[in-house]
Amino acid sequence: MAEVASTSASTEEDANERRRLQPVRIALYVVASILSFMTIAPLFYMVSMSLKETNEVFGANLVPHHPTFANFVYVFTQVDFIRYLLNTFFVSAVVTVVALVFHSMAGYALARLRFPGRDAIFLTMFATFLISQPVIIVPLFILARALHLLDSYAGLIVPSIFNAFGIFLLRQFYLAVPRELEEAALIDGAGYLRIWWSIILPLSRPILSALAILFFLANWNSFLWPLTIISNQDLWMVQVAIASFRQQYNGSWNYIMAASTVVALPTLVMFVIFQKRIIESIKTSGIK
Amino acid sequence: MQNRAAPAREGARAAAPSVDEGPRLSNRARERIAGYLFVAPDAIGLLIFVGGPMILSLSLGFFSVSGFGEYEFVGVANYRRMMADPLFWRSVEVTVLYVVALVPSLYVVGLGLALLVQSNSRFNTVVRSLLFMPQTVSLVVVGLVWQVLLVDKIGLFNQFGATFNLQSISWLGDPRFALFTVIGISVWFLMGFYMLIFLGGLQDIPREYYEAARIDGAGAVQSFFKITLPLLQPTSFFVLLVSTVAAVCGSQTFDLIYIMTKGGPANSTSLAIFYIYQQAFLFNEYGYAAAMASVLVVVLMAITVLLFALTRGGRFTYG
Repeated sequence: MAEVASTSASTEEDANERRRLQPVRIALYVVASILSFMTIAPLFYMVSMSLKETNEVFGANLVPHHPTFANFVYVFTQVDFIRYLLNTFFVSAVVTVVALVFHSMAGYALARLRFPGRDAIFLTMFATFLISQPVIIVPLFILARALHLLDSYAGLIVPSIFNAFGIFLLRQFYLAVPRELEEAALIDGAGYLRIWWSIILPLSRPILSALAILFFLANWNSFLWPLTIISNQDLWMVQVAIASFRQQYNGSWNYIMAASTVVALPTLVMFVIFQKRIIESIKTSGIK
Repeated sequence: MQNRAAPAREGARAAAPSVDEGPRLSNRARERIAGYLFVAPDAIGLLIFVGGPMILSLSLGFFSVSGFGEYEFVGVANYRRMMADPLFWRSVEVTVLYVVALVPSLYVVGLGLALLVQSNSRFNTVVRSLLFMPQTVSLVVVGLVWQVLLVDKIGLFNQFGATFNLQSISWLGDPRFALFTVIGISVWFLMGFYMLIFLGGLQDIPREYYEAARIDGAGAVQSFFKITLPLLQPTSFFVLLVSTVAAVCGSQTFDLIYIMTKGGPANSTSLAIFYIYQQAFLFNEYGYAAAMASVLVVVLMAITVLLFALTRGGRFTYG
């Protein structure tokens, strides 16, 4: 660095500036490190507790003295956890795939195709943007009961498919896709379904994969809806299962933390693998 | 861009009919039909499963609904009952407190973290991911983990306090602290998301502005207040709006309360969403619950209209 600084006055100034800022930068590193450790410490503690024996559960040590998988074995043998995991995987996967197909079609039509009433349809969809499920849970439940959707996979899946957020993001994305690509295909006589399937869908792979992860996580983690409409234990989703497990094994925190770890681990692993994509897609979703 | 491309498109269109003569549909009609068919699945689904319940929630409040699905029109009885229900007013009070504390906290923490990790280095990429990580865990697990951490006497927090000779605090069991504990946990859970939104906003501010300010002798604090804050205005608006809605009816307002406090102690954490759920699914008071929810729906619709008006359709319409 000293070599570079001696070459010209301006870079020397920069180097001085940098040297002056060095303590500040180190302080920022330290603060960022401490904050991020504090942020994930509760999650570490969860995993640590799940590996501890009953008598040292509340020890402040993050590393268990006698690590054991007994808590996990107990959880899987006492309740039908595998079934709940499979239920949750099935529901989340179906919702994600169907939602992406529907939203992509709708987003494409709203961005590109011209038909009367398009803007009115878009505005009406926009009106549902801020209505979250907890707000309409009572009428939604009554509707689901009238449609005989209670206690069924269909009840878990169908109402979870539709949300305006995905449509908006995709429409936004399609507005920026160059028109020339479709035009050529149109002149070649391709139908709109063909264009959507073989031009639009492949183009939107990055945004679709980001949305797929977000949708899957949201459904894997959803609690209120499955809690409300499912009473048949065979159809339990995993979040409902651990909430009930907690009531049943009140105070046996090592078991409860083992169950929690099993439920949280898939989402954490998914996040670590796809973190770049998830973070980019959220960073750019704000109003500009 | 849309407009500039249009003439070329018309050209293609004008050339096409000669190929398309005869019994086949005109291009324009084909485009229309395709448009309707493509929008139909989502439009119908949203209409039934979001629009329907929204409208239903506005009307259901005028009925008394039994657990078996028998309806009886009761006029404004549910609304009158609401006015006289001390627990309803308690939940309004708790919700307002929660919103008033959570929204500014998320703004400050989110912006603070974004500023801390805004330069693009490998170190910051890792830090961003770690700060966002709580978001990926389910709220049920979040509630359970924090319950363990905050257990009376032997929980990690109270053990830590004990090393400074502090008395054990019942973080979730004492009506004086419970709501603030829930607010703290909500911040911990949600902050990563707002940090990312702010990061997106910060990246849109041209570097040159800061360079110019530095040459003019402005310090870091000055350029924050003179450049960063004013230019972040659209992002700030978005963050305040979304975090307000999240504070009123985000899924954490139900999940965390259900797992950790069930609205207690002494109704000190009885957020509106949770109180509505209790009335409906614990006491089978569907009509009364719907009446309370309808107030929320109206408030949220008003916010949506405001959002739409203030952003002139925002980037949602014009990209």
